Amino acid sequence: MVKNIIDVRNLSKSFDISYKEPGLKGTIKHFLKRQTKSLEVIKNISFAIKEGEIVGFLGANGAGKTTILKMLCGLIYPSEGSILVSGYLPFRRKENFLKNITLIMGQKQQLIWDLPPIESFYLNASIYDLDKFEAKRRIKKLSDMLEIDDELFIPVRKLSLGQRMKSELLAALIHEPNILFLDEPTLGLDINAQRNLRQFLKKYNEETNSTICLTSHYMKDITSLCKRVICIDNGSISYDGKLDLLLKKLSPVKEILIICRSEEDAFQLENLGFNVKNKTKNEITIKVENKSITSSLKTILNNFDIEDLYINEPPIDEIIGKILIKKDHDI
Amino acid sequence: MLEYRVEIALWAISGIIPFFMLNIWTNNNLNESINISDLMLSRYFLCAFFVRQFSVVWVVFSFEEDSLMGKVSPYLIQPLNPFLRYFAQHLAEQITRFPFALIIAFFFFIFNPESIWIPNIGILFLSTISTFLSFLIQFLIQSIVACLCFWTEKASSIERLLFIPTLFLSGLLAPVVSFPEYVKSWIYLTPFPYLIDFPANLLSGNKTNIIGGFSMQILWILLLFPVFKKIWYEGTKKYTAMGS
Repeated sequence: MVKNIIDVRNLSKSFDISYKEPGLKGTIKHFLKRQTKSLEVIKNISFAIKEGEIVGFLGANGAGKTTILKMLCGLIYPSEGSILVSGYLPFRRKENFLKNITLIMGQKQQLIWDLPPIESFYLNASIYDLDKFEAKRRIKKLSDMLEIDDELFIPVRKLSLGQRMKSELLAALIHEPNILFLDEPTLGLDINAQRNLRQFLKKYNEETNSTICLTSHYMKDITSLCKRVICIDNGSISYDGKLDLLLKKLSPVKEILIICRSEEDAFQLENLGFNVKNKTKNEITIKVENKSITSSLKTILNNFDIEDLYINEPPIDEIIGKILIKKDHDI
Repeated sequence: MLEYRVEIALWAISGIIPFFMLNIWTNNNLNESINISDLMLSRYFLCAFFVRQFSVVWVVFSFEEDSLMGKVSPYLIQPLNPFLRYFAQHLAEQITRFPFALIIAFFFFIFNPESIWIPNIGILFLSTISTFLSFLIQFLIQSIVACLCFWTEKASSIERLLFIPTLFLSGLLAPVVSFPEYVKSWIYLTPFPYLIDFPANLLSGNKTNIIGGFSMQILWILLLFPVFKKIWYEGTKKYTAMGS
């Protein structure tokens, strides 16, 4: 049985936020008597992640996804509840724990700006106690996987965003961590760079059986990498389960475009009691619930002379987009 | 890369306050009141310049900027205290400054040929150690202030408060021996005279209490280090990963 590598129970996090009224009066008031309010951004959440899983965290801006990742990697201290990552309490930041994890934040860099990435790689290798030979071997392996070569010797400031992101990944993975926390890793990258990064992460996960926790607003990142998603809504978990189940739940109907050989058939089909979306001469689009697809198709194919037929899945972006609308709590 | 070389040269030149002070002291014959000859005073201020070059610290500004820009977050999840990074940066920059400091000293000797002297190897060794200890004290003081970034966004403002006593009591503007006796006894209880005055006096060959100076430097390091550890531990609990 695969063991849980991340175990979160009744986790909450609050931040003290100060408020300031506009204008001079507000400024003076703020200076003399600052008003603060405790804002609970994570509310009593529990979940567990198994070794080797890739889990996507979904939610609107400000839902609390990044805060969860920051607590999981020990960057910020939880207000309540418990977190165990690889058997460690993350916020204690024990050396063995830190050697086991990495955090990659899109647009935030750890590479030294004025030096070529190779210098940062060797610096990181020293920090993680790797000898020069082992560091060289890992840099070679990862640069091959990431398809970067000449870029290693060019100052970071001269690299494109995609090249920089790949170098960031290499720097973050040089110690071969078991657990990867990725916060918007493809932010700002072009389509090809996004695809390459996704392929790399998939390969890395397969080769090392590493666990990946990922947040992204690019749905393709989620759909191509994550079998499981955790939806965060206003600091609480609104869904935790398989992505395809979520998609089915959120989109219980499919659209079937039927092209009949005659207009008469199309007319009869329209009056058969299906939920018709639209109709033109001999083409008709109907909406059918997932569970009735087989029986509906049987009826149509047995009773009508059909020229062609298409079953359309609703776009995944559209479906997942529903999660990001805060009003939609009924996942 | 030209701009980096110019920046380093400007940094080195910006530390020439001791030479201005030397000018003020000698032009007004102020040194007569403290029984230090022109020659020893000029050597003192040259040594003060050198000590300053190799003990100046700016960690509070670096940490504050990194903290506000969210750059500290990746450092915090590495098995290395981020302050060691800043420490290494400071050491690297000190090495880079060394040739520029030598060039400035060369010009100083051209204009003040009577000041030329070669300290003996033992004194040179001891003053190198005391300069490094002075750097450690300043680094620890600033690191403690920098940790206040976990509570306030403007820790550098607090550092500016410390800059005033550092400027006046460290020996950068005047040797501490020039202060009245009752003030001096208090000054020697603070860490400030061990930042510039003690190493500069040691290097320039002025009369100084070597054992007392080193003891105070080590004592201050031993006092400041646990304070830094404690404030770091408490501060990281308050960290909110701002800007990231």
